[in-house]
Amino acid sequence: MAKRLDAKDLNIYYGKFQAVAEVTLAVPPRNVTAFIGPSGCGKSTVLRTLNRMHEVTPGARVEGEVLLDGEDIYAGGVDPVDVRRTIGMVFQRPNPFPTMSIKDNVIAGLRLAGVRDKSRLDEVAERALRGANLWNEVSDRLNKPGGSLSGGQQQRLCIARAIAVQPAVLLMDEPCSALDPISTLAIEDLIAELKKEYTIVIVTHNMQQAARVSDQTAFFNLAGVGQPGKLIEIDDTEKIFSNPGQQATEDYISGRFG
Amino acid sequence: MSMKDEVVSRPAGQERETGSMMGGMGEQEQERGERPKRVGDRVFRYLTTTSGLVIVVAIVLIGFFLLIKAVPSLLADSTNFLTDWRFDTTGGKLAFGIRDMLVVTVLSSLLALVLAMPISLGIALFLTQYAPRSLARGFGYLVDLLAAVPSVVFGLWGVLVLGPAIEPVQRALNAGLGWFPLFSDGNVSLAGGGNIFTAGVVLAVMLLPIITSVTREVFRQTPVNQIEGALALGATKWEMVRTTVLPFGKSGFIAASMLGLGRALGETIAVLMILHTATSPSGFSFFDGGSTFASKIASAASEFSEPLPTGAFIAAGLVLFLLTFVVNAIARSIAKPKKEKA
Repeated sequence: MAKRLDAKDLNIYYGKFQAVAEVTLAVPPRNVTAFIGPSGCGKSTVLRTLNRMHEVTPGARVEGEVLLDGEDIYAGGVDPVDVRRTIGMVFQRPNPFPTMSIKDNVIAGLRLAGVRDKSRLDEVAERALRGANLWNEVSDRLNKPGGSLSGGQQQRLCIARAIAVQPAVLLMDEPCSALDPISTLAIEDLIAELKKEYTIVIVTHNMQQAARVSDQTAFFNLAGVGQPGKLIEIDDTEKIFSNPGQQATEDYISGRFG
Repeated sequence: MSMKDEVVSRPAGQERETGSMMGGMGEQEQERGERPKRVGDRVFRYLTTTSGLVIVVAIVLIGFFLLIKAVPSLLADSTNFLTDWRFDTTGGKLAFGIRDMLVVTVLSSLLALVLAMPISLGIALFLTQYAPRSLARGFGYLVDLLAAVPSVVFGLWGVLVLGPAIEPVQRALNAGLGWFPLFSDGNVSLAGGGNIFTAGVVLAVMLLPIITSVTREVFRQTPVNQIEGALALGATKWEMVRTTVLPFGKSGFIAASMLGLGRALGETIAVLMILHTATSPSGFSFFDGGSTFASKIASAASEFSEPLPTGAFIAAGLVLFLLTFVVNAIARSIAKPKKEKA
């Protein structure tokens, strides 16, 4: 179920502006990969190309390949809708659908995929909510609107929504940046659980978080304003935080800039 | 109360925005009554309060005017004001009822609404979700332009072009669905299409820009993170629209439609030009003629001299006034609970 992801020679543009240049990286299955780097270095942009969300922005385009278990998701004839059903995403700010109940939020993806069987939907809703460590808190109010939950709960609801469709890869774009420390901890614990089953890529501004949750870390940087962001290095998280291969990485991690 | 802090800490030069907060201002002034007031603040407060009062006073005065002028005529009415279809103010004896005006007004407006709502929804969705940006701009401008066309031009178009053009459609509907009251034989001839049906279609075209422009703005405000959330789940464009844009914009769309309905109820000249005069009571058919409140009053305006006959028309105007009031109140109550977290 969990699949590996390989990005090759990614060049990413917003209109004429090149946001990211020459990114090549490999994400092994059942593994957490963290993207770190200063603001504007293109780490979120790279993440969004991994499930073809980048092209939702008008004028945005991508060159290069992204291989999901060897198959290019940018090949001609591949429908981005199918890609996004296989590669799930959790966003910076929790975004449950406000008009839907907690349960309907969780099963929204399955509904889109055409699942109508009620008992199956109930079953998946419970499994996904348990998987997101939210079941105990919401099992008695599944029909309340998703917006009635706290921020941290909403984010776990969004994670439940993403894993309900059992994606091959789960992308997380700064999933804790809008949350308080306790909710953040809950999500980090959850990531540690989820990686047993899922391939996870997480963008984070918080280096301690990257060190805590990830197996490998990619450091992105940009030469200056208006320059494209680049992947400086990607390696085991332990190595990146103890003995990085590049001076820029060391400077960033030790807080000398950024 | 963070709003209070905001108001207090606002520098003196920026009172421009406080106008919109007028509602909450009264209590706050009392709370800190002993503090010295800045002159600019005070002057501006009176100015905005006065502006606000003008509206209230105007509405109340119009209501009073209608009521005072209408009551003597209503008392002199020799027939039932609500259930009689005749509107006779000539001769010595007043005999006027609003039944048919109410029927024609409501039927034509509802028909307009039923036709305009889905089309406006489609245009708004097209402009905000499907059209390429460059096209959306020009097209949106065109829709707004439609709102600027004078209604007398719509009237001309209805009489000279649309009426004759849709006469065959009306005949077909009448022939095929004549058993259904709305499509049964009307009290005017189908020739030329001078009936509620034609008026409703013309009104629908007039409502399009009103409903579309409000709906478009509401749809445009759908939070991006909602849209991306749906797309990231593997929603197609239409599924994304269905799960995010439509639920988000629903109340705005309904409120816009009510706004349009208010407009349709009060539309005068186009309807006056289109509808043929009826000499028998309405049978609740789209192929009836007659007149709406507005068109009836306008058509008689040149003969307002005697107070009692004039009062009869004012009484009709009062009913229209109340009708639009109710429609607007409904629109308000629907539009109100729209508080979404972005």
